[in-house]
Amino acid sequence: MSKVRVLVGTRKGAFVLTSDGKRERWDVSGPLFTGWEIYHVKGSPADPNRLYASQTSGWFGQVIQRSNDGGKTWETPGGGITTDPGGMPKGESNKFVYDGSAETGKPLTTHQWYDGTQRPWEFKRVWHLEPSLSDPDTVYAGVEDAALFRSTDGAKTWQEMPGLRGHGTGSKWQPGAGGMCLHTILIDPSNPKRMYIAISAAGAFRTDDGGKSWKPINKGLRSQYIPDQDAEVGHCVHRIALHPSRPSTLFMQKHWDVLRTDDAGENWHEVSGNLPTDFGFVIDVHAHEPETIYVIPIKSDSEHFVPDGKLRVYRSRTGGNQWEALTKGLPQSDCYVNILRDAMAVDSLDKCGIYFGTTGGQVYASADAGDTWAPIVRDLPAVLSVEVQTLP
Amino acid sequence: MIRVVLPAHLRTLAKVDGEVKLDIQGQATLRSVLDTLEARYPMLRGTIRDHVTQQRRPFLRFFACEEDLSHESPDTPLPDAIATGKEPFLIIGAIAGG
Repeated sequence: MSKVRVLVGTRKGAFVLTSDGKRERWDVSGPLFTGWEIYHVKGSPADPNRLYASQTSGWFGQVIQRSNDGGKTWETPGGGITTDPGGMPKGESNKFVYDGSAETGKPLTTHQWYDGTQRPWEFKRVWHLEPSLSDPDTVYAGVEDAALFRSTDGAKTWQEMPGLRGHGTGSKWQPGAGGMCLHTILIDPSNPKRMYIAISAAGAFRTDDGGKSWKPINKGLRSQYIPDQDAEVGHCVHRIALHPSRPSTLFMQKHWDVLRTDDAGENWHEVSGNLPTDFGFVIDVHAHEPETIYVIPIKSDSEHFVPDGKLRVYRSRTGGNQWEALTKGLPQSDCYVNILRDAMAVDSLDKCGIYFGTTGGQVYASADAGDTWAPIVRDLPAVLSVEVQTLP
Repeated sequence: MIRVVLPAHLRTLAKVDGEVKLDIQGQATLRSVLDTLEARYPMLRGTIRDHVTQQRRPFLRFFACEEDLSHESPDTPLPDAIATGKEPFLIIGAIAGG
């Protein structure tokens, strides 16, 4: 029987939640990396036992962890204790150095700060780890200050993909309230040279040549209060998602509005429809129904909790515009949690499972595509990210 | 032999209990102690000093013999009591978060 493994990153460690295909009884293990912020944990689609985790701390900076046994044991790649310090450099799995070389394009040194001045790029942490669809040793990292890095040796070493920052608009990128983070990385399963990324607050970008060159794909985004509504960059994209069978259709939860594109980001249009608010972070797509999408509306950018004290997932079976509230099993009074941008995932079992985690430490699951919900666990530290693996 | 006391989170990361004991080649300085520590425990690279600039991370400080050495030159010799292992070299994380 199939199993699912839910990988949860929190403010104070990581947790692994496992169940059989019924998804009724859960085993909760953890915390791993106790006391550290775990921004993201994700498994390789090519080898589900290979997991990567971003472990970070205001004191000690960035650490990358890797597991080769599905999360039972972990290591810092290339960081093991040594009695012979000679040989290849070790301990570089957390070395994220921006590419400033002239040979690889246009070295970019500053971006826009909140007050409009320019400020140097400075690495802070890894927000998102996206393993390659085909090679367990290749993994992409979205970092703050926003840039894309890649490792091809199982996260032992990292190199920036400088074409993104250097493509021309980088000096106009600026931080959102959470920092200037590259938080979303989507790989087109039908074309490995095509990838999408998203940055707060710059927007969405696409490469069609494996990451050498990039273009902003923000036409149709509307962001009130920014001076130029048609600005090529400067939009606070919170999350984008795609269905593997239709990789040119993307869904976006922006700081304001939910949008979709059907031409790989060339043109976006709003599909917020009857959603109760225009703000939110997560968005995801049903594993088997490319037009069924999920969001969790948040009251506003100044009140980062669900509206009316009710935790409601909204589902559209029409690719947007018509939305229904899913409430069965979710608290419908006195609930004031937030759901952060990397904290929703779907499994690929026949009856698609939907998962999300809250800043109140609950992880909720639905084994019937959202019709009914139940908490897997209620009292974790604030949840930063949720991923799920469907295992044979 | 130099005795080094790490913050709890770095002891966990390095998979050590208690003090770390290091044999230093040449004179014991901040730089030589940290270089030796990182060579023995590569997973600590970047968590105490920046990989590139070698600057101390802002929320960490270095203490020895009840003195704060955080702003000393990295090549200043450490006190004899540290160099001989009589006193430990302390890497302290800022007390914060409460």
